[in-house]
Amino acid sequence: MSSRVLSYEEKETWIHDLSGVSKLIFFLLWSITAMLSYDTRILLIMIVGSLIIYKMSKTEWRQVGTVFKFILFFLTVNLIAIFFFSPYQGTLIYGTKTVICHLFGNYDVTKEQLFYELNVMMKYLTVVPSVFMFITTTNPSEFAASLNKIGVSYKAGYALALTLRYIPDVQDDFKKIKNAQEARGIDMSGKATFRKRIKNVTAIIFPLVFSSMDRIDVIANAMELRGFGKNKKRTWYSARPLKAGDYGVIIFAVVFCTIALFITFKDGSRFYNPFN
Amino acid sequence: MKFKFGIKEVVAIGIGTALFVALTEVQIPLGFIPNTALQPRAALLAFMSALFGPIVGGAIGLIGHALGDFMFYGSIWWSWVIPDAVFGIAVGLFASKFAINEGGFDTKKIVLFNVVQVLANIVAWVVCAPVLDILIYAEPANKVFAQGIWACIGNVIISGILGSLLGVGYSAIRGKSSGLKKED
Amino acid sequence: MEPIIEFKDFTFKYRSQTEPTLKHINLTINKGEKILIVGPSGSGKSTLAHCINGLVPFSYSGEIDGEYYVGGKNPKDLGIFGLSKIVGTVLQDTDGQFVGLTVAEDIAFVLENDCVDLQKMKDKVAELAGKVEIKKLLTNAPGELSGGQKQRVSMAGVMIDDVDVLLFDEPLANLDPATGKTAIELIDELSKDNDRTIIIIEHRLEDALWRDVDRIIVVGDGEIIADTTPDELLCEDILEREGIREPLYITALKHAGCKVTSDTHPMHIESMDISGYSDTVNKWFKKITLPEPKEKTKKVLEIKDLDFEYNKGTPVLKDINFDIYEGEMLSIVGKNGAGKSTLSNLICGFIKPDRGQIKLYGEDISGLSVKERGERIGLVMQNPNQMISKAMIYDEVALGLTVRGVPEEEIKERVYETLKICGLYPFRNWPISALSFGQKKRVTIASILVMNPEIIILDEPTAGQDYRHYTEIMEFLKRINSERGITIAMITHDMHLMLEYTDRAVVIADGVLLADTTPADVLTDETVSAKAYLKKTSLYDLAVKSGIDEPTKFVECFIYEDRLKREEAVN
Repeated sequence: MSSRVLSYEEKETWIHDLSGVSKLIFFLLWSITAMLSYDTRILLIMIVGSLIIYKMSKTEWRQVGTVFKFILFFLTVNLIAIFFFSPYQGTLIYGTKTVICHLFGNYDVTKEQLFYELNVMMKYLTVVPSVFMFITTTNPSEFAASLNKIGVSYKAGYALALTLRYIPDVQDDFKKIKNAQEARGIDMSGKATFRKRIKNVTAIIFPLVFSSMDRIDVIANAMELRGFGKNKKRTWYSARPLKAGDYGVIIFAVVFCTIALFITFKDGSRFYNPFN
Repeated sequence: MKFKFGIKEVVAIGIGTALFVALTEVQIPLGFIPNTALQPRAALLAFMSALFGPIVGGAIGLIGHALGDFMFYGSIWWSWVIPDAVFGIAVGLFASKFAINEGGFDTKKIVLFNVVQVLANIVAWVVCAPVLDILIYAEPANKVFAQGIWACIGNVIISGILGSLLGVGYSAIRGKSSGLKKED
Repeated sequence: MEPIIEFKDFTFKYRSQTEPTLKHINLTINKGEKILIVGPSGSGKSTLAHCINGLVPFSYSGEIDGEYYVGGKNPKDLGIFGLSKIVGTVLQDTDGQFVGLTVAEDIAFVLENDCVDLQKMKDKVAELAGKVEIKKLLTNAPGELSGGQKQRVSMAGVMIDDVDVLLFDEPLANLDPATGKTAIELIDELSKDNDRTIIIIEHRLEDALWRDVDRIIVVGDGEIIADTTPDELLCEDILEREGIREPLYITALKHAGCKVTSDTHPMHIESMDISGYSDTVNKWFKKITLPEPKEKTKKVLEIKDLDFEYNKGTPVLKDINFDIYEGEMLSIVGKNGAGKSTLSNLICGFIKPDRGQIKLYGEDISGLSVKERGERIGLVMQNPNQMISKAMIYDEVALGLTVRGVPEEEIKERVYETLKICGLYPFRNWPISALSFGQKKRVTIASILVMNPEIIILDEPTAGQDYRHYTEIMEFLKRINSERGITIAMITHDMHLMLEYTDRAVVIADGVLLADTTPADVLTDETVSAKAYLKKTSLYDLAVKSGIDEPTKFVECFIYEDRLKREEAVN
């Protein structure tokens, strides 16, 4: 069964064994580097690295296939959009203009533009495998504990844990409410005017949101009765103590990203320019 | 201003974000322009921010958008996550003025809410998002501004209609009904 | 005896209200006692519980007059966190209390907040999970658990703090009868170790009395009406007066004309001495002549050979066959998750069967859309708040007609007529938020009724309702059933509802149709009721103990007499 959304799956790999903290630090540094760098060499190394990690995490195509197809679609649309909005963005960045062929009107295909768009594509593709890896190998129970460990307040961390806890419940309620309202004649699928569509959506969202508001008080009381928020700190049942491998990963991520960013910005520009 | 961050706020963020993520897949097609859709979750964010204040609003925008991207799209576009947080904070700053929880969301306050949401949407989507896109991804300025303006219009419409309706509806639930008489 | 909770001339008024909710309460609960607090909704029993666990005044503020002590200390000095070290609360809404992503995390929640270190937490969690027998479920998510299992997690989660007092807020509200029985057994076991004090708040008296309690406290209108032993209380007419349902066997004895006395120990039918009553009961039984069973009318709904599975190889429903007749009130019963909701989802067309047919007045409806079916088969959800999407009563009831483009004049006429039937006409211009839970339920029923469906399916119509509201809702349904001849099917695990208001019960267990017979038959058959997670009715035990050799008929006779008495009371 292919799933529509990404989710954690228990497997036995060294990546699964790592603490959520080290994976989170790795993921954050990795994606920040990919965001900042436009150095083609660095991006190439990172893509290869991402793929190796993805492979090692034993993530299967069925877990991520649907989502990956969506990303490819989005990426393609984005690349085309960039071209049509700004066919000479590459020239602007790299300073030269090497026309390959003329398309129409004002639009030429230039080597610089193709190279620039290749870089844009690489930036996205660098992050994707690491997101897949992070989500499919990290137990959601560890998210909150990990955030807390890297300095986020535990209350904010617990808000995230509550989100993950109640998403299935909310989705369930949504389905139930939608069914019942459909039976009353509120049509979500068919063609309708914009006004009607808004009305139909309110018929589902109102009961969903307002009955969820009642929930907030119940849960807040339950948590208060069990001592949430009484101390400045808290411990986490699902936290994993850091082991040698974790320190290895953290050190690697810090060193790699520092070097990568150093190389990227060494010559004063974040772009690697092969045209000079 | 509602800057409190107690248990109730923690739970409001948790449940609000769960709703936000669950609504990620709900879209209202505009109809007259093909392949464009309004996102009801933007209206939910406006409503929750107006009800609970800047901390809850900002956190729902931040966590909700990031988590939605994560789970549904396998990636994170920080340049679009942060504007949602900015929007939540901006609307939330005026939370006590709207008095939704006290049942006082009347015409004057609905107008105020809409002025605030329009400005907040402009700051978030016409300023924040494109600037971040340019800084982070070096995308062409005209493209990202066009996208930003487009997103802004969509969110203004949905927050204006659905967001206001949610506010009015919840305000009616919270407010005390007085002077009700049984009729024959 | 050492008191653990004391109230002395205690009065409490919520800040938002003008009248006090609790008035001059004097109450002492001693260490190691097991106390049952009963009272109708709005009597103040929940507020009393909130005073004990600290939600009052720390979460819900208000004015306190008089004195009270928990664990010998003034709650004001303890604060809500200090109180939580003495009193552990198991809430009615197990989904609200379950805040962890997995069972183990939820049990550890209190320890996490106390900054206990990891190893100690793991040991403690394992110990408590063993105590409530959920050790195998430690890594499960809440969505994978049944209501009863979630409640056990909640129990472990509060006991992990070694609290002296365990407070249960309506522990039976969301459980089927058989699970409720085991919950009461577990609570009883917990009361026996460590000299723990147990306080159970519940309005389902008979179910709560499945195991001994030391005292019952009856709360009514903010005051303590009675504070006595179960044996004493069951002999008085306090329960009836306060709107609390007494055990069925007691009602039966009273109908038969017996005067129940405390020396017969009426707390449990199993151990009650009824030797002095059996003659009277027998005489009464022989006097009753049951009317001929109603002749079967036209078939409204026919379910034929229905199969359904979500995942290949794990059928949810298998080979389901039954009919629903015109004008009938029918209950569909069975354990939670046995496929009852799936069945109603199939009937309404939300999901499609893998095999089989559903016919409405002889016509196959597989080709009809959800919307088209909705005009003929009405579905009322359990929680009215999940159905209501309009602010005003009129608009909510009109919704189904408006979206179908019915002309305005006709809408007005039909809505007004429906509101009159539902007793909501005087409120027609009110906002829904001003209504009580029961009235909201009526609004949702009205919003279905207005479409003139041929049959209405209600999901747990009386869940979480006290006796008065239960009677109100059920009498209302009975009235629209007889006045408008509308067929009503109810998905439920409420045994009283089955017995008192339906003539036929369809039992579904583990995906198959187990029985299709009278409720009296189901509830006197040990195998069937066990498989459906119901329990045998205490009327059966009464009949057997009285030496009646037709216990099922005895139950039927009781129901017949009881309905007559109800009708008298209503008119």
